[in-house]
Amino acid sequence: MKKSTKLLCSFILIIAAVGLLYYLDNNHIKYLYAISILERSAIFAIVAVSMNLLNGFTGLFSLGQAGFMAIGAYTVSVITIPVGIRQSVYYASGINSFIAKIELPLPLALLLGGLFAALVAALIGIPVLRLKSDYLAIATLGFSEIIRALLASPQLAKITNGSYGLNKIPKYSSIFVPFGIATICIATMVLLIRSSFGRAFLAIREDEIAAEAMGINLFKHKELSFIISSFFTGIGGGLLAVYMQSIDSSTFKIGITYDILLIVVLGGMGSVTGSVFAAFLVTASREWLRFFDDPLTIGGFQVPLFRAGFRMVVFSVLLMIVVLFYRQGIMGTREFSWDGIFRFFVNLPKRFMKKKKAGGTANER
Amino acid sequence: MPPISIFMSILEAFCFMSLTTFLQHCLTGISLGGAYALIAIGYTMVYGILRLINFAHGEIFMMAGYFMIFSMATVPWYLAIPIVILGTIALGVTIERVAYKPIRTAPRMSIMISAIGVSYLLQNLSTYLFTALPRGYPEIPVLKSSFKIGPLSSSFVTFFTPVITILLVIALMQLINHTKIGMAMRAVSKDYETAQLMGIKINNVISFTFVIGSFLAAVGSILYFTDRMSVTPFSGTLPGLKCFVAAVLGGIGSVPGAVIGGFILAIGETFLVAFGYSTFSDAFTFVLLIVMLLVRPTGLFGEKATDKV
Repeated sequence: MKKSTKLLCSFILIIAAVGLLYYLDNNHIKYLYAISILERSAIFAIVAVSMNLLNGFTGLFSLGQAGFMAIGAYTVSVITIPVGIRQSVYYASGINSFIAKIELPLPLALLLGGLFAALVAALIGIPVLRLKSDYLAIATLGFSEIIRALLASPQLAKITNGSYGLNKIPKYSSIFVPFGIATICIATMVLLIRSSFGRAFLAIREDEIAAEAMGINLFKHKELSFIISSFFTGIGGGLLAVYMQSIDSSTFKIGITYDILLIVVLGGMGSVTGSVFAAFLVTASREWLRFFDDPLTIGGFQVPLFRAGFRMVVFSVLLMIVVLFYRQGIMGTREFSWDGIFRFFVNLPKRFMKKKKAGGTANER
Repeated sequence: MPPISIFMSILEAFCFMSLTTFLQHCLTGISLGGAYALIAIGYTMVYGILRLINFAHGEIFMMAGYFMIFSMATVPWYLAIPIVILGTIALGVTIERVAYKPIRTAPRMSIMISAIGVSYLLQNLSTYLFTALPRGYPEIPVLKSSFKIGPLSSSFVTFFTPVITILLVIALMQLINHTKIGMAMRAVSKDYETAQLMGIKINNVISFTFVIGSFLAAVGSILYFTDRMSVTPFSGTLPGLKCFVAAVLGGIGSVPGAVIGGFILAIGETFLVAFGYSTFSDAFTFVLLIVMLLVRPTGLFGEKATDKV
């Protein structure tokens, strides 16, 4: 495929995407549901890519996402709730006089949320990044629980409103806000992965000892990866707070980390486009699969399995199938490219024939 | 500084506490510790052999709670308990066969993700089957009857839990140290591949480990939920994580270590709740974990090993 053709294809794709968003934004009353799904997907795409940066590219299995999202979300909420209505939000415990008068526009608030998350990550990283694999996972998970407990504690009630949570967070002015920010964040991370830092991260993932022998400062790069990942996770959390308009500490339980992990695994550990694609796929299919939750009657006969909660069972069974049989996920460690798509379609008939001959056991590795 | 002020007020509360209250809290803590210890053993044994945090163990424990509710609905308690134990063992072994065995040779991250996937599946499955609303835990008359030693009074289960924990641990230690299967387990946990070359049937040993782990989780679940009165699909997550922390605290792979770890965690937590810091009682667990990992990563009773941390 020629370079100009590829460029043209990408150009058409971007135009189509922007056009679609523009159309949805103009008719937002009609497409409220679709818009909300897309916004959620975009937010989860940021968080999934930042988790992938840490887990897939640097090989540090961290489960602390929920905590960093909480920091971002609380920071953004505290400083974007309009000053005028703050008293009604903090009706129970009163408000800290210092933060009572600070109100920042959303982009600045998001930046601040990300910076706070990064700062906390820097502090946590110093002790925690000395640990490896499962110990690192459980320690980061622990920190995320500690952060959550602190945010909900009565001692911080004047800032975080304790267990009441925060509400009346102003919503997005248009669908372009979350998508614009998501694009900027993901593009930054892609640039980072392609830089010399990114190469160092990959080297650490492949072999720590070899990486160190090549002169890569292990701790410095691990810490850097952890901080950057947390920064973008914090921004994602802030966006989620604006999306949900009301948050409390139970929003950021371990479950949300597992949801993001699911996206990353499904998309392929070590593939940015895979994570983005999976974020949209998972968020959208959660809605598509909603018909599993409704009672289904075929010709007067009520199918017994279909009732509330069945959707999540189907969903988790699908996840287990991916984990057990398609460990690479959708993309593996590959990235989206027009060449790949082109090759896929050219080889499709051949692959199909081969699979038939081999008896359908074409599992990789 | 809040942490210091918290510490000071805890110290103050300690000084002004009467002996009876102190002992009463100790008793509650020890009882909770017994249940934690039983669950922590399951983690420590599986980790010792497979090098895997069995994230689904907390969910196995929760499912045992539901098994008890449904078996007690039809049969009396002395029949229900064996049924629950058998059901839990079947569940544990099935999970091992279906979710862990096929990817045993895969990178550790994949197995861990598989474990998280199983715990996700069990949570969603039980939400679907039993709804997310808390279900009342049936009362076992013998365990619920009130019981007194001196000034301390509590339900019988509170006194009974530490006793049965100790008995089970002693039995388990005998099994590990003095039987053939126990020797095989020790061999597998020392060196997986060499054990296989020596003719040990790895699959049987691993399944047996899950049998023991699930058995203890079932017993722990009965003792734990009898005191808590209700079960929800999410009531296994946090105890599960805490018990893993207990296992790390005691030194992962060591059974007595897991028991001690369970008791330390539970007593600490009970006192924090008693002093009115229940928001921090979960955080306390993880603070303890992190301090332990930094100061002495092999835990209190762990063997010296370089590849662990």
